[in-house]
Amino acid sequence: MTGADTKKEVIFWGLLAGIFGLLPVVSHNDYHLIMANHIIVWGLFAVAFNMLFGITGMLSFGQALFYGIGGYGVGLMVKYLGKAWFLPGMAAGVLAAAVLAYLLGFLIIRVSGVFFTILTLAFGQLAWQVTFRWYHVTGGDDGIQGIIPPGILGNKVFYYYVCLACVLASVWYLRSLSNSPLGLILRCVRQNPARVRFLGRHVRRNQRRVYVISSVFAALAGGLMSGVDNSVHTNMFYWTTSGEVILMSVLGGIHQFFGPFIGAALIKIIEDVVGSRTEFWPLIIGLLMMTMVLAFPRGVVGEFQMLKARWQWRALERARRG
Amino acid sequence: MEPMLVLENVNKAFGGLKVTDNVSFSVMPGEISAIIGPNGAGKTTLFNEITGHLTPDSGRILFKGQEITGLHTQEIVARGMGRAFQITSIFPEETVLDNVRVACLSRLGQTRRSLRSVGNFSQATEQAFAILESLGLKDQAQRPAFELAHGDQKLLDIGVALGLEPKMLLLDEPTAGMSPDERHLTRELVKRLWKEFNLTLVFIEHDMDTVFGIAQVVRVLQQGRLLAEGTPDQIRSNPEVITAYLGEELA
Amino acid sequence: MDLSSLLVQFVSGLSTATLLFLVASGLTLIFGVGGVFNFAHGSFYMLGAYLAYTFVATVKLNFWVAALAAALGAGILGMLAEALILRRIYGRAEEGGFQILLTYSLILIIDDLVKLTWGTEYKSLSRPPGLGGALVMGDLVLPSYNLAIIGVGLLVVVLAWLVLTRTRPGRIARATALDRETLGLLGINVPLTMTVIFGIATALGGLTGALAAPLRSVTPGAGIEVIIDALIVVVLGGMGNFWGAWLAALLLGEVNAVAVAVAPEWASLFSYLVMVVTLIFKPEGLFAPRQVRKV
Repeated sequence: MTGADTKKEVIFWGLLAGIFGLLPVVSHNDYHLIMANHIIVWGLFAVAFNMLFGITGMLSFGQALFYGIGGYGVGLMVKYLGKAWFLPGMAAGVLAAAVLAYLLGFLIIRVSGVFFTILTLAFGQLAWQVTFRWYHVTGGDDGIQGIIPPGILGNKVFYYYVCLACVLASVWYLRSLSNSPLGLILRCVRQNPARVRFLGRHVRRNQRRVYVISSVFAALAGGLMSGVDNSVHTNMFYWTTSGEVILMSVLGGIHQFFGPFIGAALIKIIEDVVGSRTEFWPLIIGLLMMTMVLAFPRGVVGEFQMLKARWQWRALERARRG
Repeated sequence: MEPMLVLENVNKAFGGLKVTDNVSFSVMPGEISAIIGPNGAGKTTLFNEITGHLTPDSGRILFKGQEITGLHTQEIVARGMGRAFQITSIFPEETVLDNVRVACLSRLGQTRRSLRSVGNFSQATEQAFAILESLGLKDQAQRPAFELAHGDQKLLDIGVALGLEPKMLLLDEPTAGMSPDERHLTRELVKRLWKEFNLTLVFIEHDMDTVFGIAQVVRVLQQGRLLAEGTPDQIRSNPEVITAYLGEELA
Repeated sequence: MDLSSLLVQFVSGLSTATLLFLVASGLTLIFGVGGVFNFAHGSFYMLGAYLAYTFVATVKLNFWVAALAAALGAGILGMLAEALILRRIYGRAEEGGFQILLTYSLILIIDDLVKLTWGTEYKSLSRPPGLGGALVMGDLVLPSYNLAIIGVGLLVVVLAWLVLTRTRPGRIARATALDRETLGLLGINVPLTMTVIFGIATALGGLTGALAAPLRSVTPGAGIEVIIDALIVVVLGGMGNFWGAWLAALLLGEVNAVAVAVAPEWASLFSYLVMVVTLIFKPEGLFAPRQVRKV
C-alpha cells in the first residue's frame, strides 16, 4: 500500500467511527438509531459477502442461509431457554454457521461458476423451507418475537454501541485479511485459478476457507440483527435476502473493499425513502440492479474513483500543454 | 550422478491420437536443454504430464529420484518443479511485485496468514524484489501486471515461477511473439537466470537461434515420439531430424 | 397401498416429471447451446401461465390455442429481453456472474410487472374441455388432463430429438458444444442465433407455464419456485445435457409423487434430499458423462 492509500484508509475509518459513533449523541430519535443500526449490521453482512464475490470470485446466492442461522441461533435460545441465553445463542449461531459452512463447502465447492451459485441458492431455500414448515419449533411464518437482549444490553443505545464495536472489529479483521497473504491468494484464485495450482496452493481449499469466514460473519450479522429488531423471521433465510446483500455489493462496488458497506448504507436509505411509499420495491431494486450491471459495473465507489482518475489525468494533460 | 528428471516409456493418447508415444529420457541436474519439434508434436502435452496437469496413460515420471506420476500439480510444484506458460499466465490485477511475492509467500508456507498485511512479510518481499531486479522489472514493481508490455508479462510469468525457488524450471516458448531484438535479450536473460538460480532448465522453443545458442542438450519430438536426443551439434547433423523437421527450418 | 393406487401415483408423478422436464429443457437449451444462464427462466414460465389465463378468460380462445399463443408470447418477450438487455454483457469480463445478476434483476422486474398487470390475487384456469374428467379402467382412475400433459411432453421430446439429430442447426448445436466464437467461425449469424435460441427456450418455459396453469393456481412469485425445481433437475441431469435432464425430471417427479403420498407437508423437501445425496456421491450430476476432473 502506498502512503496515499494509507491516508485514505485512516480517513475512512475515522469517518466511519465518527459518524456512527456520534449519531446517538447528536440525535435522540429512536428511528435514526434503528436505521443506523441496520446500516452497520447490513454493512458487515455485505462486506463479508463480498469476501466471496468481489475478492474470490464466488457468487453465492445463499448467504442468507448463514444470516438466518445467526438470527435463529439467538431466537431459538431465547424462546426456549430465556433471554439470559441471548449471547450464548449468538455464539451458538456463529458456531453452527461455521460448522455448516465447513461441511457444505465440501459438497458445493466441488463445482464452479454458475453451479456454485445454483447450489448455494438451493441450500438457502432448503433452509428456508425447513424453517417455514417446522412450525412447532421455529414458529414458521410467525417468526420469533420478543427477543430482548438481557440486562444493560436491553438499552437501545448501549446495544447500538455493542453492535458498532462488533461491526468495526469484524470489518477491521476482514480488511486485514484482504491485505494479508491469504487475501492475496484469494484474489489470485479469482483471477487465475490454474496458476494458483502452479504456486503449489489448493484452489478449492482456499475457496472453502473464505466460504467459512464469510459465513461466520454473515451469522454474526444475523445474530446482531435479532437484537435490533427484537425478532427473527423466516425471511432472513429467503433468497431475496441473499439477493439484497448482492445488490448492496454491486451498488457500492465489488472491487473496492468498502464498496459493499457504502452500498448497504445507500440501499437502506433508498429503502427508507422510497420503500415505505410504494409496494413495488422489488421493481425498484430490479431496475437498480439492471442499471448497475449494464451501465456502472464498477459500482458507485469504483465509478467515482474512475471519474477522479480521469479528471486528474485531464488536469495533468492541461498542465503539460499549458 | 542421479538424474533430476526421468521419463520412462510415457504414453498418452487423446481418443485414437497418440500425443505422447513411448517417450523416455533423463535430464541431468544443472542441465539446460531444449525440446523442439513441429506444431502438434506433443511438446506442451509433455510439460502438462510432467507437471501433473495431465496423467500419462502408462509409463513413469521420476523427479529427484521419486515417482511423481499421477500426483496433483500442487504436490509436484511443492517438490520443486516450476513452470512458465506459453500463453502468459499471471495475476493481471495484482501489482508486479505481488505477482512474484505471492509465489515467495507460497514457498515460505505463509499463505494462510490472515492478520498482517503482505508488506510486513519482509523475507518474501525482499526475495520478490531480488527476482524483479534480476528480471529487470524492479522499476515497474508497483504497476498492475496487466499494464505491462507483452514481453515484460512473459518475464513476469517466469518471475512467478522463480518465486517458488524451483530446482527445475520448464519454460514453454519463452521468446514466442517477440521481436528479434527482444528475443536476443530474452535468450541472454534465460541463460543468466539458469546460472544465477542454479536451475535445471528445460525449454520448448521454435526459435533455432535460441535453441542452438544456449541449450546443452536438444531433444526432438515428432508426432509424440522422441525422434532424437543429443548435443546441438549432433542434432544439427542428424539426418532424420533434418528430413523430419530442421530441413525446412535451416534450409 | 394397492397396485391401482400405486399406478395412479405413478401417473401423477409422470405428469409432474413432464412439466419439470419441459421447463428444465428450456433452461438447459439456452445454457448448453448459448452459454447463457437464464436465472429468470421461471419468470417466463409464470408469464406463460398468465398469458394463457388471459387468452382463455378474456379473449375466449380454445385452451390449446391459448397455450400455443402463450408460448409464442413468452418466446417474443424472451427474444426482446435477449436482444435489448442480455446481449449487452456478452464477452464482458466476469460475464458469468453478471449474467446471473442481470437475469436476477429480470425476475424482480417481471414479478412486479405481472402484479401490475394481473393483480396479486390467485388466478385459476379450468382444464380444457373434454379433459376435465378421468380415464376409468376398472379400479383405475387416471385424470385425463395429466395423461394429456404426458402426451404433449412425449411429443416435445420426439420433436426435440428430430431437430437435434435430423436438421443442420441441430447437428451444429450438438457438434460444437457451442461457444459463441466457434459459432461465428462456422459462418453463422451469432447474434440472431442467440436471440432465436433464447426465444425457443423461453417459449418452452411459457408453454410449460400454460400447461401447468390448470393444475396449479397461477400466482405472482411462482417464478422462483419453478426455477429452483428446474435447477435441481438440471444439476442432477448434468448441466446442458438434454437426456440427462429428462431422466432427472422423471426421477424427481416420481420421488415427489411418493413424497406427496407419504408425507405431504414435507413433500417439497424431498427433491432437495435427492440433490444432496447426488452431490455427495456424484457431484457432476447423475447422468453426466464421466470425466476426469482434477482438483
